[in-house]
Amino acid sequence: MREHLHAEWTKLRTLAGVGWLLLAMVVLTVAVSVAASAVVSCAPQGCGHDPAKISLFGVQVSQAVVAVLAVLVITDEYGTGMIRLTLTAMPHRTGVLAAKAIIVAGLTLITGSVAVLASALAARGVLLGNGFAAGTLNLISGPMVRAAVGSVLYLALIAMFSLGIATAVRDSATAIGVVLGLLYLFPALILMIADDGWQRLLWRLSPMNAGLAVQATTDLAGLPLSPWAGLSVLAAWATAALLGGGLLLRMRDA
Amino acid sequence: MSAAFSRPRAGGGGFGQLLRAEWIKFKSVRGWVAAMAAAALVAVLLGVLSASGDHASCSSGPVEVACPPPVVGPGGEAVDDKFYFVHRPLAGDGGITVRLTSMTGQIRKPDVTPGQRNVVAGVVPWAKAGVMIKESVEQGSAYAAVMMTGEHGVRMQHNFTHDVAGRPGGVSRESPRWLRLTRSGDILTGYESADGTTWTQIGTATLAGLPQTVQIGMFATSPGDLTVTRGDVGGSVAAVRFTEATGEFDQVDLQGDASGAWRDDDIGVTVAPDGSEHHPGRAGQSGGVFSVTGVGDIAPTIEGPTPERPLSSALTGLILVIVVAVMFITAEYRHGLIRTTLLAGPRRGRTLAAKALVLGVVTFAVALPATAITFTVGGRILRDNGNAVLPVSLLTQVRVVVGMAALFALAGVLALALGALLRRSVAAVVTAIALIVVPHVIATTSVLPDSAAQWLLRLTPAAGFAVRQSIPQYAHVLGHYAPIAGFYPLSPWAGLAVPAGYIALILGLAVLRLRRRDA
Repeated sequence: MREHLHAEWTKLRTLAGVGWLLLAMVVLTVAVSVAASAVVSCAPQGCGHDPAKISLFGVQVSQAVVAVLAVLVITDEYGTGMIRLTLTAMPHRTGVLAAKAIIVAGLTLITGSVAVLASALAARGVLLGNGFAAGTLNLISGPMVRAAVGSVLYLALIAMFSLGIATAVRDSATAIGVVLGLLYLFPALILMIADDGWQRLLWRLSPMNAGLAVQATTDLAGLPLSPWAGLSVLAAWATAALLGGGLLLRMRDA
Repeated sequence: MSAAFSRPRAGGGGFGQLLRAEWIKFKSVRGWVAAMAAAALVAVLLGVLSASGDHASCSSGPVEVACPPPVVGPGGEAVDDKFYFVHRPLAGDGGITVRLTSMTGQIRKPDVTPGQRNVVAGVVPWAKAGVMIKESVEQGSAYAAVMMTGEHGVRMQHNFTHDVAGRPGGVSRESPRWLRLTRSGDILTGYESADGTTWTQIGTATLAGLPQTVQIGMFATSPGDLTVTRGDVGGSVAAVRFTEATGEFDQVDLQGDASGAWRDDDIGVTVAPDGSEHHPGRAGQSGGVFSVTGVGDIAPTIEGPTPERPLSSALTGLILVIVVAVMFITAEYRHGLIRTTLLAGPRRGRTLAAKALVLGVVTFAVALPATAITFTVGGRILRDNGNAVLPVSLLTQVRVVVGMAALFALAGVLALALGALLRRSVAAVVTAIALIVVPHVIATTSVLPDSAAQWLLRLTPAAGFAVRQSIPQYAHVLGHYAPIAGFYPLSPWAGLAVPAGYIALILGLAVLRLRRRDA
C-alpha cells in the first residue's frame, strides 16, 4: 500500500494545476462566505438567518472545485492513456483506487480545514458588524464547531463521491456534469415539487441538502434530518459511488 | 469523388461548407445526439411529472371543491377585485366630487402570544379610499378611480394595471384631500385639490365600450399585510394577514343624472361555508358624512400558480446540453482532429463561428419542442389538478416557450465558447455550470437574502432565466418580488441579452486565442 500511496502522491503532485485548484478552493470559500455575510443583516430582536450557514456559505461554491480535483485525479489518466501504465505497474486495481481516495481525501481535509477556518473567522467579523449577536458566533461553542468540522468532512465526502463517479464514468466532462448535476439540481427539484411529503423525501435523498444540514445551528426541529444524519446521507452516496466505481474498475478493461 | 476534387476552392470553401462539416461531425457522434435527445426528454418528463404532483383544491367547509377560476380584468390578466362600494347608477355623462377627511385602519401583525390576535392601528402602503366609476358591480369589470393611498399619496388608477401618481403626502382633518372623477363618453378624468377650489388634473383614462349607465360612488379597500419567512427545506413562505381601511368622506357632490338611492355593496366579499361573510366591510352615513370600510384590493393578481411553473425542469436539461457543447469542441483537441479542421478551414474565426452556429441551431431545434410540450402539457395537467393557473396572453406564452429554447441555445454556445477558450473539458464544463446553473440554483433556493439573489441574476448569464417570467412586476402592487418567488430583476429580453453578452466576450477571446496559438 505504501508504494501505491507514494505513486499516487507523485502523480497528483505533478498534475498541472493542482496547486491552483487548492488555492481556488480556499479563496472561493472565504470570498463567497464573506460576500454572503456582507449582504445579510440582523435586527436586535433576532432574524431568520442562520449565522453558521452564512459564514460557511462559500462551501456551496467551493465544493465544485473539490469535485474538479477529485474527477481529474482519475479521468486525467484515462485522457492520456496513463491508466494502462498505472494498472500494469500496480495490478491490484482496488488498491490503486484506495490509494487515490486516501490521497485526495487527505488533501481535501487539510485544504478544507484551512478554507473553513479562514472563512468562519473572516465572516465572523462581518456578521458582528451587521448586527448578529456575538453569542451565536462563538467559534468554540458546540453547534458552531459541529458546523465547521462537519463542513470539512462534507468537502472530503464530496471528493470521495466525485472520485467514485469519475472512476465509473471515465470521461472528465461527463463525470463533472454528473457530479455537479446531482449536487445542484436536487435543491431546484425540491422546489419544483409542490407536495410537502415528496419535498421532504427528496431533501433527505439530496447529497447537497442533506449533507449541508451539518451546517445548521438554528431551527433544527424544522429540518427533515438531524445534522449528523444529514451528513451520513452524503457519506452513503460517497460509499456507493466508490464501491460502484471500484467494481467497474475491476471488471472492465482499462 | 472526382467532382469534389475537380473544383478545389481557395480558403477551404465557403461558410456553408464549414457549417455542413460541423453538422456532420456533430451528428456522427452517437453519444452527443443521444445526450441532446436525453436533455429534451428529461426536461419534458420532469416538467410533466412535477406538474402531475401539483394538486390544489379549495375547502368549502368540510368538503374540498375545485378552486374557482381567477377573476379576469379587461386586459385579460388575473385580478383581485374586492372592495366596499357605496354607489349610485349614473346615466350618461357626470361626475363625483368628495372631500376625504381621514383615512384610518387596522393591521393584524404576527401573533406575539400564540392564539391571541395582535391587531394594531394603521394603514398598509397600498390601502385605498376614494371615488370610482365602474362599469358594473361585477368583479373584473372596467373602472377608473381617484384615491388616497396609505403611503403613496393620491393616485388615479384604471383597469387594474394602470396607475398614475398625484400629489404625495397624507390626509388629515387639518389638510383634507378633495378628489373628483368625471365621465365624458368613454373618457374619465381625475382631479385633486387641497381646498376644493383650485383643481389639478391627475390623468385621464379611456374605457372603450363603457355602457350608458355606470356605477359611481365611494370605495375603500386594503390589501393584506405581507410577511415573508423562509421555508424549512428552502424557498420562502409568504403570509398575508388581515387589514382594513376606513375612509371618511364629506361634501359629497354628484354631477349628472345620478338620481337613484345610495347602495352598499361588498364587492367580492369572501363567504364562509355557513353563509356568513368573512371579514366584511361596512359603511355608515350621518349628516352628509360617509364612512366606508373595506378589505381586499383592486389590483392585478401576482400570487398563484404561474403557467411557466413546469419549465423549472429546464435546469436538468441545461447541464446535459452544456456537457455536449463542451465536448463538441474539446473532443477535437483531444483527438487531434482540430488540426485537420483548421487545415480544411484555415480562417479560424469563421470555423469557430460555424461550430457555434451549428451547435446553437441544433440545441434550439431540440429545445423548442421540449419547452413547448412541457409548457402546454404541464400547464394542462396543472389545470386538471385543480390549480387556478394565472392566465397570460398568447404572446407572453410564445415568448416564454421560444425564450426558454433560446436560453438553451445560448447556454450551449456559451459552453462551447468556454471549451474553445479553455481547451479542457472539465474546466469548461465547471465554468459553464458555475456561470449558468449554480447562480440560478443559489438565487432561488438558498439562504441568500433577496437583494444578493437579485444581483446574482443581473450579473451572471443565469439572468437569461428572466425570459420565463410570465407575470410582470407592478410598481403599484406590494408583493414579494424576489427570485425565490419567480420574479427576476431584469426584463425578459434584457435578461436574455446577458448570456448573449457573455457569449460575445468569451467567443471573441476564444477566436483571439485560436488565431494566436498553435492548435
